[in-house]
Amino acid sequence: MKKTYRIEVDCANCANLMERTAGKVPGVVSARVSFMTQKMQLEFSPEADPASVMEAVRKACRKVEPDCQIFL
Amino acid sequence: MTKKQRKMLLRILITAAMLIVLNCVPTEGVLRFGLFFACYLFIGYDILLDAGKGILNRQVFDENFLMAIATVGALGLAIYDRSGDYNEAIAVMLFYQIGELFQAYAVGKSRRNIAALMDIRPDYANVEREGALEQVDPEEVAVGDVIVVQPGEKIPLDGMVLEGVSALDTSALTGESLPRDVGPGDAVISGCVNLSGLMKVRTTKPFGESTVAKILELVENSSFHKSRSEDFITRFARVYTPAVCCSALALAVLPPVIRILFLSLPGQWGDWFYRALTFLVISCPCALVISIPLSFFGGLGGASKEGILIKGSNYLEALSKTKYVVMDKTGTLTQGVFRVTGVHHNTMEEKKLLEYAALAECASSHPISKSLQAAYGGRICRDRVANIQERSGKGILAEVDGHAVAVGNDQLMEELGIPCRPCGSIGTVVHMAVDGDYAGHILISDVLKPNAARAVDSLKKAGVEQIVMLTGDDHRVAQAVAEELGIRRVYSQLLPAEKVERVEALLDEKAPGDKLVFVGDGINDAPVLTRADIGIAMGVMGSDAAIEAADVVLMDDDPEKIAKAIRISRKCIGIVYQNIVFALVIKFGCLLLGALGVANMWFAIFADVGVMVLAVLNAIRALNVHKL
Repeated sequence: MKKTYRIEVDCANCANLMERTAGKVPGVVSARVSFMTQKMQLEFSPEADPASVMEAVRKACRKVEPDCQIFL
Repeated sequence: MTKKQRKMLLRILITAAMLIVLNCVPTEGVLRFGLFFACYLFIGYDILLDAGKGILNRQVFDENFLMAIATVGALGLAIYDRSGDYNEAIAVMLFYQIGELFQAYAVGKSRRNIAALMDIRPDYANVEREGALEQVDPEEVAVGDVIVVQPGEKIPLDGMVLEGVSALDTSALTGESLPRDVGPGDAVISGCVNLSGLMKVRTTKPFGESTVAKILELVENSSFHKSRSEDFITRFARVYTPAVCCSALALAVLPPVIRILFLSLPGQWGDWFYRALTFLVISCPCALVISIPLSFFGGLGGASKEGILIKGSNYLEALSKTKYVVMDKTGTLTQGVFRVTGVHHNTMEEKKLLEYAALAECASSHPISKSLQAAYGGRICRDRVANIQERSGKGILAEVDGHAVAVGNDQLMEELGIPCRPCGSIGTVVHMAVDGDYAGHILISDVLKPNAARAVDSLKKAGVEQIVMLTGDDHRVAQAVAEELGIRRVYSQLLPAEKVERVEALLDEKAPGDKLVFVGDGINDAPVLTRADIGIAMGVMGSDAAIEAADVVLMDDDPEKIAKAIRISRKCIGIVYQNIVFALVIKFGCLLLGALGVANMWFAIFADVGVMVLAVLNAIRALNVHKL
């Protein structure tokens, strides 16, 4: 299942960092972050619950990029 | 500017003013350090904080951390040297912040510009309820509802005009500035702007499936498909920063150690430490990391403004390497509409012959019958026709105004035992016999698009090496079209499956780095569109299947846009390469000069911020593709 979320991130490198971090969260199959459109597209594994996975994604991203925002 | 950016600008200005004042007022010792340090904290506190957080989260190699080390190091060095020159640390912080601010501002601005360019989302739909117009969310309108579109408004959903005549501005979708006239019975597409008259439209699709929603989805997803250049830069950035940091460490330690141990010279620790700090200032890969996606985004945005929707940066990149263009004939180079192009050997008046043909064919909906009816142009009165007999694959026999009329191909005439005269021209020939006598034939052909020849020409000029035409049509017809357009390679009488095989053969034939583009009208060539390196579907306003299957979508059916898409991609990739080379050369140049002790920290920060500013400005150029 694919879902797109609006995000807020200041620099392009930080966006790449978020992409890498989000991709490693359990339950996420693949992550793509577009700095230009300020969007994050996640593909969840079928058995994962997007809501709880998103909490983990947000936490992980906050850790690497304290300034970033993900709007659920 | 956002609130955050305004605050930053204020901080930058205050710091600059403080720096000037502090340099004019002579102070000494601890007081001097205290004042300068306050100034330093004022401009750099957020970076120091983020660096601290980074360490706590084990994210050491981020640029905040590096800037913090470089500037704290510079301050420490100034204390150690007793020089009292704290300007450098503050200046580095100041220029770094200026660079960041510029980046955030310029990128944010161009991002909004491009997004506005692609924003064709309608805000509301007018629905008539109890005699009054009510504005509702387009998503709430069901299929079959009647909506009212006033002059100046966007058509919110795909539908069919019930009442009203108007001109539509399709430029947001197609880039075409000429308005399109519509009247009752015409299909209209969401995203067009109603220019002149009030229209009532019956919707044929829900908002989610309307053209405008499809396009928005396509455009929004396009930036997720990253190109190889982008991936390269991402990987490069990952390696670059740690590598520079390690080199900095080596630069601070190794040369002094070597000098002391092997050359018996003084270590000059301060000097080498300073050079290492200079390294750290240049360690941020910002210029590269921001300018590449910005260029691609600009290219995608500029192209979509021209009615060329590209599904991702990867396709934009591939387009620039196009060497083979394979085109379908019908609907791509020709209009895909059959038209009467001549009446030959007629024994009766041309108009009369067409009238008989149209009447005899009045019950048929075959494209050829339609073209005959269109060529006649008059009203068709079915009372004049009787005894219509269809001979499948051959033609039609009918009685028109009491005359026995036969309309059909060679085989029909043969069956009736009427000698017919062959046609010297190319196209589909419809023979006519009236009361058992041969009455002439009508030539029907698919008409070339007026700019098809120019389109082929501009492809050749754009550096396309092989232009190939595929068609299911007859060999003679294909050859004639190809000759007129100047296409040398033609494969005709192909079944849809054979088109795929042909494209596969061509894919094997080309050099590995070259790309093959297939252009079709998207109606029945979805398999070929998917098989080619890049599938371009044209004239797809309203055709979902084509939007799904293609990688590049041309909103109108102008074949000249193919070459334009290639030119846009070339410009965009050119800018990307310029930025990569420019940024890398300057960065490595600075690293070298820094290591040799020629470049100081001032130089390094100027180079770093300068490269980023120039790269961003260059990237914005990708948006201007209208005149290409």
